[in-house]
Amino acid sequence: MLGYIGRRFLYMISTLFLVSVVGFLIINLPTGTYVDFYIQRLQNEGTHTSLEQIEAITKRFALDKPLYWQYGKWLFGFVRGDFGLSFEFNKEVKELIWERIVYTVIISLATLIFTWVVAIPIGIYSATHQYTLGDHIFTLVGLIGLSAPSFLLALVLMVIAQRSFGQSVGGLYSPAFVDAPWSWAKLADLLKHLVVPIVVVGASGTASLVRMMRGNLLDILNMQYVQAARARGLSESLVILKHAVRNAIHPLIMLLGMSLPSIISGATVVSIVLSLPTTGPMYFRALQQQDMYLAVTFLVFMAIMLVIGNFLADLLLAWVDPRIRYE
Amino acid sequence: MRAKSTSANPAIQAAAPEGAAATDVGRLSLWQLMKRRFLRNRLAMAGTVMLVILYLLALLADFFAPYHYLAKSQDYVLLPPQWPRFVDAEGKFHSRPFVYGIETVLDTYNLRYMHKADPTQIYPIGFFVRGAEYKLLGLIPADIHLFGVQEPGTCYILGTDRLGQDLLARTLHGGRVSLTIGLVGVALTIMLGSALGTASGYYGGVTDTLMQRGIEILASFPQIPLWAAFAAAVPPEWSSLKRYFALSVILSLVNWTGLARQVRSKVLAYREMDYTSAARAVGASDWRIILIHMLPNALSHIIVVATLSIPGMILAETSLSFLGLGIQPPMVSWGVLLQDATNVTVIVLNPWLLIPGLFVIVAVLAFNFVGDGLRDAADPFAI
Amino acid sequence: MAELDEVLRVDELRTYFYTQEGTVRAVDGASFAVKRGQVLGIVGESGCGKSVAAQSILRIVPPPGRIVGGQIIYHRQVAADGASNLSEMLNLTEMHPRGQEMRSIRGSEISMVFQEPMTSLDPVYTVGDQIMEAITLHQNVDRREARKRAIEMLEQVGMPRPGEIVDNYPHQLSGGMRQRVMIAIALSCHPSLLIADEPTTALDVTTEAQILDLMRNLQKQTGTAIVYITHNLGVIAEMCDDVAVMYLGKVVEQADVDSIFYDPKHPYTQALLRSIPRIGQARKRLEPIKGIVPDPYAIPQGCPFWPRCIHAMPGLCDHDQPEYVPIAPGHSVRCHLFRQEAM
Repeated sequence: MLGYIGRRFLYMISTLFLVSVVGFLIINLPTGTYVDFYIQRLQNEGTHTSLEQIEAITKRFALDKPLYWQYGKWLFGFVRGDFGLSFEFNKEVKELIWERIVYTVIISLATLIFTWVVAIPIGIYSATHQYTLGDHIFTLVGLIGLSAPSFLLALVLMVIAQRSFGQSVGGLYSPAFVDAPWSWAKLADLLKHLVVPIVVVGASGTASLVRMMRGNLLDILNMQYVQAARARGLSESLVILKHAVRNAIHPLIMLLGMSLPSIISGATVVSIVLSLPTTGPMYFRALQQQDMYLAVTFLVFMAIMLVIGNFLADLLLAWVDPRIRYE
Repeated sequence: MRAKSTSANPAIQAAAPEGAAATDVGRLSLWQLMKRRFLRNRLAMAGTVMLVILYLLALLADFFAPYHYLAKSQDYVLLPPQWPRFVDAEGKFHSRPFVYGIETVLDTYNLRYMHKADPTQIYPIGFFVRGAEYKLLGLIPADIHLFGVQEPGTCYILGTDRLGQDLLARTLHGGRVSLTIGLVGVALTIMLGSALGTASGYYGGVTDTLMQRGIEILASFPQIPLWAAFAAAVPPEWSSLKRYFALSVILSLVNWTGLARQVRSKVLAYREMDYTSAARAVGASDWRIILIHMLPNALSHIIVVATLSIPGMILAETSLSFLGLGIQPPMVSWGVLLQDATNVTVIVLNPWLLIPGLFVIVAVLAFNFVGDGLRDAADPFAI
Repeated sequence: MAELDEVLRVDELRTYFYTQEGTVRAVDGASFAVKRGQVLGIVGESGCGKSVAAQSILRIVPPPGRIVGGQIIYHRQVAADGASNLSEMLNLTEMHPRGQEMRSIRGSEISMVFQEPMTSLDPVYTVGDQIMEAITLHQNVDRREARKRAIEMLEQVGMPRPGEIVDNYPHQLSGGMRQRVMIAIALSCHPSLLIADEPTTALDVTTEAQILDLMRNLQKQTGTAIVYITHNLGVIAEMCDDVAVMYLGKVVEQADVDSIFYDPKHPYTQALLRSIPRIGQARKRLEPIKGIVPDPYAIPQGCPFWPRCIHAMPGLCDHDQPEYVPIAPGHSVRCHLFRQEAM
């Protein structure tokens, strides 16, 4: 088991390295550097750009050097926690991102828990009541959840929330709590504001998880060992929970890592609509403004979250599945 | 039940004589079986019909909408939908549907113009009327529209946007982009995915390892942020059309990995089949084995995976355009249209601006139905 | 033979599957009896309904299958002492398939060994867990005692190092070993009837011989009655006291093993025996049964065997279903050649 963890860990480190290379390259795809963009903007504003200023920026980020040199310099800083400078905000990237990353992690994890808590029981119900009215209703609702763009769901839910509860659903806190110190009331307020984002971000994930759980469980229910457990005299509920569900969940754990990308994707888009202070809005803005260090840091951090999530899912799978543990 | 025999190549069997009795599953070709199972699937058929309608509406958008999609009207900004009616305010039934005229009043409190239906003015809807000129299918000059009303009446069935443009015309036109960008993207995905997947599975070794690693790295990025990063690299000065193709390339760049994985696993399985060994034993070349014995067998799976990836592409285009990173005005797509509906106040006042979203949902739902139907049909030995 | 000797009697059982494509009459008139402490073989081609008949007895027929007719009578032994003739008649077809009553019989009084040892053990639990599951469920013992018994059972089915194997997962064992584990589970509660559904079909010949040996020895030791389902007539000759021959969901003949092999009455049984080689027989060409097994959705009217039968009587066999009639003590046949009037 320890050997397995060790191997997976080394593999993860190499993946992280490659991810940072690819991420850096993608963000550097646009022609021209920020300096061009910066000069252009200052000129548009009619401000005079001093040569020294441009030179200082160019020099600091080695923008005149070849790409691999820039990458090396950036990576060297990155591993020490220096992510570079945001041109747009004229601040260190590290001052801008941490809070947003923490909120993204909170929303992603809460969404993940929400999807599983909702989807697994529905999947079990649908599989054990195949082709009944309940199964059809869940299937239909799930299909609509899969088919609606998440930002549209967010908009509709916001309208509903505002109409029926008169509650402002944007942001993470009510105005009264924004600058208030931490208290139970503030936490309750935060949780209340998290409901809509979690439901919206989790909608399509929940729907696809229900489909997968239903499909897997139907497959497993046809397996001989389920019949064998019945033949041993186990009650139907025990057969389903102890033998069928346990086996049907395994492939889903493998997909746990794969469901993270869509959750983070969804969270970025939904955050813009709901104006949540997560990575999403600032990342998209940075992309549009060619604020490359800010954008690349966000992109790589999102990938890091995924890679670590995959690693943890692998460990979880090894922990629950003896076939992998004893490999 | 699955066919136990691995020594007969099902794709070659599929070329067996046709026209067997409908009850005899054993004598139908693979494609006939698929067709039969697909036709029997009610949801899949409903999805097919919905798609045919949507594509026709998009293709003949100028004919189905009474106005040009870029024509602005300052008098009718943010006009609510004018529903066609049969019964007027006095309870009289009209055999020809009609719309009311519009009365515009200034709301002195909110300082905005309010549009109200005026039941005293009745404009019957005419069919196949002359209106704005357009080119049918981009070729044939025409000015006939499916319906319309006499001037000075207006016929904005889905209402207008904040520039006074007909939402129906814009939505149908937006469908041209939103419904086709996924198809172009999928075509590229199929080419990339099956070529790389086959190479990876057939040759194995270093090719396979590199390919798998590459796929894994790409899959390590969340899709929409990755798409957005690529889209941000498209030069802003590019024309609408160039941008459209760039976007479909970007969609498939992120999407081909899933298909490549599937094709690879299929090819790996076929490589072990007896009919492949048999082909190799009689001296068939790699190309022949891949083209004659592997791809035809994988074709049904490729089609299914491709169909099921179209909805994701439509949603991605919509989201990216909504965020301002995809299609740019004056080109319209459903995502571009939804940009008008970014905040709650606007939606509460003008809920019809969300109608393009309904089209997105219907299109995605229909593709999902069809994809599911194809997937079920592609497994002809499952009873 | 006195009825009291029987542990199980199946009477005109009908189990149908209602699929979208139509109704499959998997079992359509199966009658047979199992005597206490004896081995009944059920033999027939693949798809003739042997396995469904077995699942029907335990009431674990998977949907869309349903028992639509007939009776399954189980004779529960009441007094375990010398007066063993006392028994209680239970009609299994009347019980709720998921009810407490049926569940208390399953695995404890009637148990089953399945065809595919590779898939009949749950991969995520140790073999010990799965043996103990049956023991703790049906016998009032704690985990420690159950584990002790599980190890004993593993030893009894001839497992090497039972103390180690008990903590192994199924994927660590070979097919033959897994089938031994399945037998250990099936016998762990000392059932009066064991249903073995082609337990050696998926195994190689050497392992098959070992498992057959094991089952025969255990049967002698424990006195458990066995319903042994197979398509292999050689195994039947080796294992069984009585034989029931099935064709397309119907039992067409039941008799003791000698009568079946040396004095078969039903044309299908005769044809079946002609199609296998025998040692000591003059060298003759083996005769296959002509024709093919009909489509399960379109079973011929009348006797299902008539299109392939060399004695088929037009106007009778293709029209009326033959009755299942006794022709000698313990020997019954379902064929128009042996109509009651004709006797």
